[in-house]
Amino acid sequence: MKLIFERGGEGHRSDFLPKNAFPEVQFEERFQRTEKPALPEVNEVEIAQHYTQLAKQAFGVSNGMYPLGSCTMKYNPKVNEEAASLKGFTEIHPLQPAETMQGVAAMYATLEKYLLEITGMDHVTFQPAAGAHGEFTGLQLIQAYHRARGDEKRTKIIVPDSAHGTNPASAAMCGYQVVNVPSNEKGGIDLALLKEAVGEDTAGLMLTNPNTLGIFDENIEEITSIVHEAGGLCYYDGANLNAVMGIARPGDMGFDVMHMNLHKTFSTPHGGGGPGSGPVACKEFLQEFLPGRQVVCEEGKFRFARQPKTIGSVTAFDGNALVVLRALAYVLTLGREGIPQAAENAVLNANYMRVGLKDVMDVPYEGPCMHEFVASAKTIKKETGVAALDIAKGMIDCEMHPPTIYFPLIVDEAMMFEPTETESKESIDRAVEAIKGICAKAYKDPEELHHAPHHAPIGRPDEVTAARHPVVRYEVKEEE
Amino acid sequence: MGDFIVNTAREQKEMCQAIGVETPSDLFNGLPEDVRLTAPLNIPEGKSEAEVLSLIEDMADQNKVFRTCFRGAGAYRHYIPAIVKNVTAKDEFKTAYTPYQPEMSQGILQSIFEYQTMICEMTGMDVSNASLYDGASAAAEAVMMCRDRKRKTIYVSETVNPRMREVIMTYATAAGAKVETVPACSDNTTDLEKLESLLAEDKEAACFLLQEPNYFGRLEEPQIAEKIVHEAGAKFIMACDPISLAVLKSPGEYGADAAVGEGQPLGLPLGAGGPYLGFLAAKQDMMRKLPGRIVGETTDHDGNRAYVLTLQAREQHIRREKASSNVCSNEALCALTASVYMAAMGADGMAQVAQMSASAAHALRDALVEAGMEDVTGGEFFNEFITASKVPAEKIEQACMEKGILSGLPLDENRMLWCATEVNTPEEVAKVAAIVKELAEGGAQ
Repeated sequence: MKLIFERGGEGHRSDFLPKNAFPEVQFEERFQRTEKPALPEVNEVEIAQHYTQLAKQAFGVSNGMYPLGSCTMKYNPKVNEEAASLKGFTEIHPLQPAETMQGVAAMYATLEKYLLEITGMDHVTFQPAAGAHGEFTGLQLIQAYHRARGDEKRTKIIVPDSAHGTNPASAAMCGYQVVNVPSNEKGGIDLALLKEAVGEDTAGLMLTNPNTLGIFDENIEEITSIVHEAGGLCYYDGANLNAVMGIARPGDMGFDVMHMNLHKTFSTPHGGGGPGSGPVACKEFLQEFLPGRQVVCEEGKFRFARQPKTIGSVTAFDGNALVVLRALAYVLTLGREGIPQAAENAVLNANYMRVGLKDVMDVPYEGPCMHEFVASAKTIKKETGVAALDIAKGMIDCEMHPPTIYFPLIVDEAMMFEPTETESKESIDRAVEAIKGICAKAYKDPEELHHAPHHAPIGRPDEVTAARHPVVRYEVKEEE
Repeated sequence: MGDFIVNTAREQKEMCQAIGVETPSDLFNGLPEDVRLTAPLNIPEGKSEAEVLSLIEDMADQNKVFRTCFRGAGAYRHYIPAIVKNVTAKDEFKTAYTPYQPEMSQGILQSIFEYQTMICEMTGMDVSNASLYDGASAAAEAVMMCRDRKRKTIYVSETVNPRMREVIMTYATAAGAKVETVPACSDNTTDLEKLESLLAEDKEAACFLLQEPNYFGRLEEPQIAEKIVHEAGAKFIMACDPISLAVLKSPGEYGADAAVGEGQPLGLPLGAGGPYLGFLAAKQDMMRKLPGRIVGETTDHDGNRAYVLTLQAREQHIRREKASSNVCSNEALCALTASVYMAAMGADGMAQVAQMSASAAHALRDALVEAGMEDVTGGEFFNEFITASKVPAEKIEQACMEKGILSGLPLDENRMLWCATEVNTPEEVAKVAAIVKELAEGGAQ
């Protein structure tokens, strides 16, 4: 496939603008660029063809099943896109006077109200642009709380070993030391080890619940009270909120602060890796530290206000407004009944798939899972040499996206499936049959799987060479 | 009520049977009794698509869309070619996630590789990441990556966008890092003598961030700053408006170690503040310190050219607390938008946008001065400048608003920061000048 730099040629271009109606400005020579940037020279026709061909080599939720665990690849409703393309939102400057952006304020205020009801929290900031950004923001609220009390000795954050990598990385960005707590045999937090880990130096605990094994920790309330008794605060990683929305609320489980991923739970598109939105919700006592500005309603009019002890800002403006708007459209659509139904069906689909696969793969944690489950290729690998990676590559040949693999780290040969509520029974049946077929092939023809995929645009790429001798940009060749 | 659940009640029942439960809600029996909600959520009933859209259109109507916009200050209205919106609306791009599986994600990986190349070309750098949240958070990541055991202090010019400075301060406060502000001169450029004396006294200086054109639209003296910073052994980082780089010297040409900025002007709508695009590019020697995703070129086992996420040993999913950053989701679709924009415009088209923006801004400045305002920018500027006036800034803003014009941004009681781009016309310039003139004459009476 040609790069866009290899298409077109000298002089290929399109005109989108009228002639300059003003006198030209001449900058002093020392400010002028001397080397022209070697951007592609292509006409609009060539651009349309190029990206249509690239799109053929991409796979989104609309292409088929995408059971990527912990990423909640649910269907992205098209009404959301329609809402987010309204000029009354796309053409609004973020620094317009408040009286000219009452609709933007209403959008934030309305979604805030619904999210607080869904989470059991008291206040929200929409400034964080993604889940990890929300973690970083939420941890800063915890940090600001301890600092404001003059409690400087709290330097540690407790993170279970099943956590997403972003949790420890976010803690490190706040200068915290990370204390890892191992899981127990049921996949939950080991209470005895947690009690040992907490102390006067505990700033807080970060917990994903349901965790990355798809398990709702049965001791959740005891966990939060152990941390609170030690003087720490509890952070809820809402990455997996899809499993419990409308069923149970982090605020009722004893959590003080959390983030949500609007691009997972609330159906906004993942965009090939973003943009997302990671609003942070907190309890009343943390409100004074919130970043950015909050929408306040007074006598039927909205205005924006800053908090007295704000941690500052984590992005330049109020948040990824057009993502927030899509999430609002989603919550309005589902409403009171639809929210818990989505959670129930997400859990139903995951369990149905789990039961379908348990005859052919190891499923290390028994019993009903939540929205996702972790299978393992440990036995298959031992018996055939075919690893989780090979099975995943085999799935590509079946025209579906593989699950998250080799995560969580605590399960060997992990394959983490999250079908989401928007997959049909039929598509799950098809996926299960396909995976069964792959597992059977592992015993008959392992070599073929070691070389899968066979029907993708490329075979397995050489990632080692890519990292050892990085080529991270195209070198535009000079014309002779 | 709308929903996106395909399975009918009958199918759900069949699935329950296969699992061995009566109803889906039985699957939640393992949850502790007292955390389960007993009453329905207190949110409205679900609505039809038609009702939802109508509600959101009502909200949109409560926003004022200004036909004429002379406001920038970090977010800019530029013309967006139709092809840009067409490409980025494709479901294959829009509904995919991070390309973890290269064999089925070559289209996305290649588009990121192309984006990285274009950003390198514009900034004169060797390596770009796949995008960050916005310009301000990208600048914060950039200054933080320059710190090491020996060099800890971050220097930021006072002429950097105050929002960007605040985000840097927030990131630094969290990590316990020290930030020093280098003051501005009366001509609204950085006091480089002060920079020199500050750095001479500090053996722990990690980096200096300069914005070009700066928040006030002014062109700085990056070639002098570069010498001062490198003589002190620190890293020199420049924050830039990517449009300006089509005509102004690039960070690479000035000898900067890294370039950051807000990519919104590259085809993204104002969108009430987001999603935007933070770009971050650097010289080769900083490659392994960069935060976020990076795509690299390699081959598959048949020797075909292939693209993969690379240098992942920097990243959170591998290194956890030792990662260079916690970034996971970035702004991929916004990066794609920027690529399509840059490809559509080409180097000549980008230069045209830059020239037209600067021309319009200079004509606006002349017209406002003619109308009685004072130009207090202090010297050469790109497409933003500052005025002072005896008429209160808010009064000017209000009068413009009544005529459908979003004026320059009030900076204090009397000063305003104005911006013009290629979408502004001579008629608009004349109209705003007339409003200002009327107020100035009214105020003089």
